[in-house]
Order: sequence, then structure tokens, then C-alpha cells
Amino acid sequence: MKSLEELKAIRERMQNQLGVRDKDEKQTRIVVGMATCGIAAGARPVLNKFAELVQEKGLKDVMVTQTGCIGICRYEPIVEVFESGKPKTTYVHMTADKAEEVFNRHIIGGNVVKDYVIPATIEVGK
Amino acid sequence: MMPEISLNVLDVAENSVRAKATRIEILVTADTKSDTLTIVIADNGCGMSQEMVERVTDPFFTTRKTRRVGLGVPFFKMAAEMSGGSFRIESTVGVGTTVTAVFGLTHMDRMPLGDMASTMHQLITMHEEISYRYLYRYDDDAFELDTDEFRAILGDVSFAEPEVSSYIKEYLAENSAEVTAGRAI
Repeated sequence: MKSLEELKAIRERMQNQLGVRDKDEKQTRIVVGMATCGIAAGARPVLNKFAELVQEKGLKDVMVTQTGCIGICRYEPIVEVFESGKPKTTYVHMTADKAEEVFNRHIIGGNVVKDYVIPATIEVGK
Repeated sequence: MMPEISLNVLDVAENSVRAKATRIEILVTADTKSDTLTIVIADNGCGMSQEMVERVTDPFFTTRKTRRVGLGVPFFKMAAEMSGGSFRIESTVGVGTTVTAVFGLTHMDRMPLGDMASTMHQLITMHEEISYRYLYRYDDDAFELDTDEFRAILGDVSFAEPEVSSYIKEYLAENSAEVTAGRAI
């Protein structure tokens, strides 16, 4: 069973690294829709996968965060990728496997995974 | 409809976040004697008027502007009631809101509890400005977590730091598994 002692050890290890990071430094934001529609469609494993991979690779300039409903519920789970100086990318009907692929090819590789982006014309608000 | 109750909890707890709660208590209690699984989500957020409390279980009521339906609370209520349970919301403006969902523990139409550890991990690491108390009880076995204890140890170190985040994830998973002890809920 995990104890709080372990947390103290982590805190001590991290003390030296403090002040190095700042939220404003993050260059890339991965935003997962986590309203009722997103959650029901399977957004939780998608968010977890991105968070895990970012942690695993130690990417300091990538932030994984969540948002509410953006109004196109039937495309959930939806993931938006914001990169400074680039247009926003919107991925739809995501799964944990697709998240891994997007992470490797887009976040690491720099290439948008076109197969999963939102279709060019959609009707919003229905 | 949510495939597991832990997703209802994640969804409905987000309402507490939007209500500007600084403290959220989530209690999950499985009791074989009364054959119930009770979930309580209590916050100290902005609260609701009586009129609004009555409207939130209506699927065609929502506070958001991006769409005209709000299914979070109705889904939770439906999931409880279809398992022979009950659902209620108590709220006071300026004090907070408490949502209580009682499920029939062994009822055939009850959804599985699912991955509560994952729900708690996500709430804790995504909204670390909020303090959480989580109680998970199965008859006489219980596990309790208070993020104020984490905060006291960590000071200004973020819960989202990789090492801290995975510690919290394992802490939740291991301690919950000890309570569940193979009795799947």
C-alpha cells in the first residue's frame, strides 16, 4: 500500500527543480472536450492517454487540459491541438489508440494526422 | 447514458467545479446489508435556488450556451432510478450543493461502478486549486484520501508534475483495490 512517506521523498527530489517551469512557457496545448457528451463518448481514456504520453516523454512544453462542450457533440470525443504560430487542429471521434497515433505523428513528428481531423463542412448546433 | 457510474461522477463533479467550489467531497459506499451503492458529491460552490434545483433534472435545462440540452444530472438520476435506487439534490445559494444517488447494489440494471480511481485522479490533477476528500467504503473496509494532506507535503509543487501525478494515480488504485479486495462493484 502506498504511503504518504513516498510523497515526501518525491517532494524532496523535486525541490531542486522548482522554478524552472511555468505554464506560460507551454508552446503546445492539447485540449480534450470533457463535458457530458465527451465523457459519454469515451473522452476519459483519450485524455489519460495524452497525459500519460506527455509525462512519459517528459515534454515540458506540452500541456494537456480539458474543456467543456464546443457544440458538435456527435463528433465527440474531440481533441483540439493549439500550437503557437499555427492554425488550430481539431480531431474528432478519438480513441486512446488514435490519441497515441496523433501524439507520435503530430505532437512529436509535427505532421497533422489528416484522417482524424474534422470534415471541412459540418453543420454546427444540431 | 454513461457505461459506468464513475463517468457520471466525473461529469457531475464538473458541475461543482463550474460552481466555483473550493472543496468537493466524493463518497462512494457499497453496503451489502442494505444492498445499496451510495454516491454523494458535496461541494461548497455557489449553490442553486430551489427553482433551479427542480429544473436541473430536466434534460432540456442547461446553463451552457453551446447547446440546448444538459444531460449530466438527468443521466445520473436515470442510472440510479433504473437500478431501483433514488436520487436527490440539496442546495443552498452561497453554501453549496449535495447530490446523492443511491443504486441497488445487486440490481441487474445497475451499471458497474467502473474506474473510480481514474475519475478521482483526473479531478485532482486537472483542478488542483480545489481540495478533495474522497471516501471509498465497502462494508467495513474503507479508504480515505484528502488532497489537503498531499498539499501540505508538496507545498507549491504541482499535482500535475509527472512524478506526483503517477504517485496519486497509484495511491488511488492500490488503496482502492485493497478495499474492493476482489469484490467487483
